[in-house]
Amino acid sequence: MSLKKWHELEPGGVNLEAGSAVKNFTGVLRRGFKPVFTPEHCINCFFCWVFCPENAIIIGYEKVVGINYDYCKGCGICENECPVQKKPLPLVMVEEEMELW
Amino acid sequence: MSVSRVMTGNLVVALAVTQVKPDVAVVYPIIPTTAIVEEIAASVADGSLFTEILNMESDGNAMSACLGAALAGGRVFTVASSQALLAMHEFLFTASSLRLPVVAAVVNRALPSPLAMGADHADAMTVRESGWVQMFCEDPQEAYDTVIQAFRIAEHGDIRAPVMVGMDAFFTSHTFENVLVEEAEDVEEFVGPCGAGSSVLDTETPRTVGSFSGSDYYFEHKVNQFQALDQARKIIKEVGKEFGDRFGRYYGCFEAYKLEDADFALLLMGSCAGAAKEWIDTQRSNGGKVGLLKLRLMRPFPHLEIKEALTGLKAVAVLDRAYFPGTPGGPLFAEIRSALYDTQERPVILPYVYGLGGRDIQDRHFDQALADMMQGHEKAGQTTCPVQFLNVRE
Repeated sequence: MSLKKWHELEPGGVNLEAGSAVKNFTGVLRRGFKPVFTPEHCINCFFCWVFCPENAIIIGYEKVVGINYDYCKGCGICENECPVQKKPLPLVMVEEEMELW
Repeated sequence: MSVSRVMTGNLVVALAVTQVKPDVAVVYPIIPTTAIVEEIAASVADGSLFTEILNMESDGNAMSACLGAALAGGRVFTVASSQALLAMHEFLFTASSLRLPVVAAVVNRALPSPLAMGADHADAMTVRESGWVQMFCEDPQEAYDTVIQAFRIAEHGDIRAPVMVGMDAFFTSHTFENVLVEEAEDVEEFVGPCGAGSSVLDTETPRTVGSFSGSDYYFEHKVNQFQALDQARKIIKEVGKEFGDRFGRYYGCFEAYKLEDADFALLLMGSCAGAAKEWIDTQRSNGGKVGLLKLRLMRPFPHLEIKEALTGLKAVAVLDRAYFPGTPGGPLFAEIRSALYDTQERPVILPYVYGLGGRDIQDRHFDQALADMMQGHEKAGQTTCPVQFLNVRE
């Protein structure tokens, strides 16, 4: 994606492009941990989908399907909100190798 | 056809506003701006002006309401002074960054503490970096003409920056003077329809305004704004000339008074220019080669124009009606010295601070500045020129 130059921008920082936030891959913000989803253990309550601040929980027909790592910033709210008490858990945060700048 | 009237600065500003007919006037009046608001409200009450007056509950909210009205594509006017302007601080930056053509009449008054009512440029000077166009007026005539031009400048498609029109508290705002006022139709024709152009209410082109920007875009957005304000000088001069062609009174970035053949010059802004011109006339009749540069445009700062005007002088006394502690001189002094730094034969530039809190200035203080300039010229390069406070008890 090529970034615009200053003279190509709308005055006043106005954004005329609807839904342009999709281009902002918040997944790059993930530092150290990512949620791992196992569909067999999921009770499909959709709590994780409701609470995810980045809309990164992928939903299929009446089912949680997985996690979109392009936008998941690794906050861990899904794991925190998951009501399943009995192990094995459907959503766990696992350590991820950090991409160093 | 111009008509001569005897009016105060506040009354003529209100008259200019009623002739320009803004869509919205946002008010949270503070002394000495109160009379402007009263006059506009009276015009609305008697049915001669169809402007929506918004009475707000704080100064910050008043500027916020200006943002909303301007975002909707309206022509917007407001007033501010002293601490009211400081309470608007955050939203002044938002207004300029969103490129909203708000026009504010700022009656320059001293900042507390101690609480003071007198003329002082410190209020406007504290927000000089807010991205607004800033103009300072000498007398009610200039205030009337500048408010009319301010709407044209603010709403110009290439600028779209908010404009602050300053006049000195009481000296200009409350002093009755002869003012040439124009017919309402002529003013309306000169200003034209509101040229804000874009509106958030335009459903044909929906838009996001004031959104978040990461480090990948913030800098580009700001440079876009910086470049527009830098270009504004040209348009401000054009509007000043067009106003002159139409109404007979010409305006530019500054007024040079007997400056062409002068050796020594005063440089100042606002109501004090009248006293300075009187003094210069006296000096001239005695053979003294002195002149005046009365600055009108503070932001965008006309550094190239000033450099050209002051080249060839032996010394310049910069008289600031504002001073911030811990600085080598007033804000105007810093700008002037910076503007002249890369000239080949730089005049000696001396910093003076006068008239804080409405203190007057007299011929003997100009005499003192002239004596310093003559001495400073002889000792050029050796003087450290500490800031001098004029007419203060020592």
